[in-house]
Amino acid sequence: MTERNVPHAELSTGPTDWKSGAMQARIARRYRRERIFQSLGLGAVVISVLFLVFLLGNIVKNGAYGFVQTSVSIDVTFSADLLGDPTSLSPEAFTEKVRKTNMLRLIQTSMQELFPEVKGRRDTRTLLRIVSTGARAQLRNMILADPALIGTTKRVELLTSDDIDQVIKGNIDISLPEANRKVKDNELSWLQTLQNDDRISLNFHSQFLTGGDSREPELAGVWGAIVGSAFTLMVTLLTAFPIGLCAAIYLEEFAPKNRFTDIIEININNLAAVPSIVFGLLGLAVFLSVMGMPRSAPIVGGLTLALLTLPTVIIASRASIAAVPPSIRDAARGLGASPMQVVFHHVIPLAMPGIMTGTIIGMARALGESAPLLMIGMVAFIVDIPGSINDAATVLPVQIYLWADSPERAFVEKTSAAIMVLLFFLIAMNGIAIWLRQKFEQKW
Amino acid sequence: MNSAPAETGPEAIQAKPKMAARGVNVFYGDNHAIKDIDLDLYADKVTSLIGPSGCGKSTFLRCLNRMNDTIPICHVTGEILLEDENIYTSGIDVVQLRARVGMVFQKPNPFPKSIYDNVAYGPRIHGLAAHRTDLDEIVTTSLEKAGLWQEVKDRLDSSGTALSGGQQQRLCIARAIAVNPEVILMDEPCSALDPIATAKIEALIDELSGRYAIIIVTHSMQQAARISRKTAFFHLGEMVEYGDTTEIFTSPKEDRTRDYITGRIG
Repeated sequence: MTERNVPHAELSTGPTDWKSGAMQARIARRYRRERIFQSLGLGAVVISVLFLVFLLGNIVKNGAYGFVQTSVSIDVTFSADLLGDPTSLSPEAFTEKVRKTNMLRLIQTSMQELFPEVKGRRDTRTLLRIVSTGARAQLRNMILADPALIGTTKRVELLTSDDIDQVIKGNIDISLPEANRKVKDNELSWLQTLQNDDRISLNFHSQFLTGGDSREPELAGVWGAIVGSAFTLMVTLLTAFPIGLCAAIYLEEFAPKNRFTDIIEININNLAAVPSIVFGLLGLAVFLSVMGMPRSAPIVGGLTLALLTLPTVIIASRASIAAVPPSIRDAARGLGASPMQVVFHHVIPLAMPGIMTGTIIGMARALGESAPLLMIGMVAFIVDIPGSINDAATVLPVQIYLWADSPERAFVEKTSAAIMVLLFFLIAMNGIAIWLRQKFEQKW
Repeated sequence: MNSAPAETGPEAIQAKPKMAARGVNVFYGDNHAIKDIDLDLYADKVTSLIGPSGCGKSTFLRCLNRMNDTIPICHVTGEILLEDENIYTSGIDVVQLRARVGMVFQKPNPFPKSIYDNVAYGPRIHGLAAHRTDLDEIVTTSLEKAGLWQEVKDRLDSSGTALSGGQQQRLCIARAIAVNPEVILMDEPCSALDPIATAKIEALIDELSGRYAIIIVTHSMQQAARISRKTAFFHLGEMVEYGDTTEIFTSPKEDRTRDYITGRIG
């Protein structure tokens, strides 16, 4: 249609008149089309970059507060009457006594010193709720680590509960009517007093990176999930890489080209596109039901993810094996290298950067995968840091899913912070893949 | 059973061929690429295979050390004898055959390893050197024979792919020599090289001709005339004529040979 509107140059036997009006119009139209196409492409790039920036910005904005936590400084008197005297008791007996003591009483004494006006059981309990339930363990560990504290009074920074933390971080709207918010007026006034005394501070919260999961947002950490992910990926790597590499070598270098290997090839390519939850069902049926492996364990998760990763590893390995120039194979064969020597002395070393890149990309995909792990029970609430591939564990994406599902407002920022941790590992793995490719890439 | 053209003069007397083709046919699927070839190849005479593109000379060359085995649709019938032993019988170890019949390819294809490792690779996989010093010796003499030693002796650790095209090809020849083959097959070894590098390779072939049976495929009739003592002319899968190089180029018996040499076909 548009072509017809452009006047064509008159057919002539002489030299082409490049200056004629028709030619000039053609040229102008060509330039215009190029400009339009380029601006469309640029627009597409800008839109995708904006989306990405918005996504990352949103995660960082929400997640940054996940790495900090509010603390309250109170003066704790480590009373020997309550805790026992380390000088008169044996170390074992002292430890036993400290373990049995309810540390809440220490906190209660200190808080009542600060707010002598608070009387009555209900108000006292509300007052104590300013401090996190984890503060008791914190105090106990302090005492056990340093028995010399007994008999002294020391200013201690204790974590606040998640609600108080959210107020400090501005996530709870205190202009709402009292009935509609979790933190009541009396708590806010105490908090105001503490702030005026300069006892409230927002600090970097290392427990988020070193602790296991918890029902309390201020105590929850990602380390358990990181260790679980590491165990799971280790199993995946140790299974998928050797099997995938051997399959790729066999299919590319040794397998006869016939209908049977064609069918295998088509199936491997199709497997790469199978929804991951299907692999979860397969893992559930095979590893848990038939083979009776432990539920929720990284070994099962790793094997299931290996099934998911295998097609990726095989396809990437085959592609990079096929990319090794035939002249190298000819050269080795011409010298009398056996087929296996050709493969292992020449083809595999040259294909290795591509194989490793493909494997790491596959691993990165496995690291971000949660659906198949839900099917094999890695979605349980697990507080302990897993110690082996047979312990119950969870992984980062599932931890994110669990936290995103939690009702507490404070888990929102924990979710985003955990996403930042996951993204860090993904970017690091992709960075390693790029680095390997550039370092070992062979120039011909 | 002597279907090779009659020999003349003293050469006819010592005529025990190093390799011989007897009724060789090659098929690529349904395509009959090589038709019933009989050819005797002598250890002390460089033999050229000439002919237009697609005439089957490279295919025939690659039959001589069974490099065609790797092409699944390629099928060879007839006998190829290496010292009276048919290399296409089932009991033959192809790996050993290729160590005895080495090959240099059209495009220089050094391994992306050091110059030393390129040359040492063959002796290593065949266990030809018991000690490191033996291996050093093999590498040195091979590079010397290939006329490359003076140019690379100070940089044996640098990559073989960093050499110039002509040097790479001589490295490939050194690599082939290092395995101590009896026959060296060369598939247009100079077609990717400039005239100066070509001259060096030709001089090298001349020098090596006493020690190894050399069979060379070439597109250049001048090259065939310069370096070979025997020449076989291939056309459309048939071997049209085979004889002493001087005879082929000065008084060919077949019309097709004359037409090709004078540039009328090809």
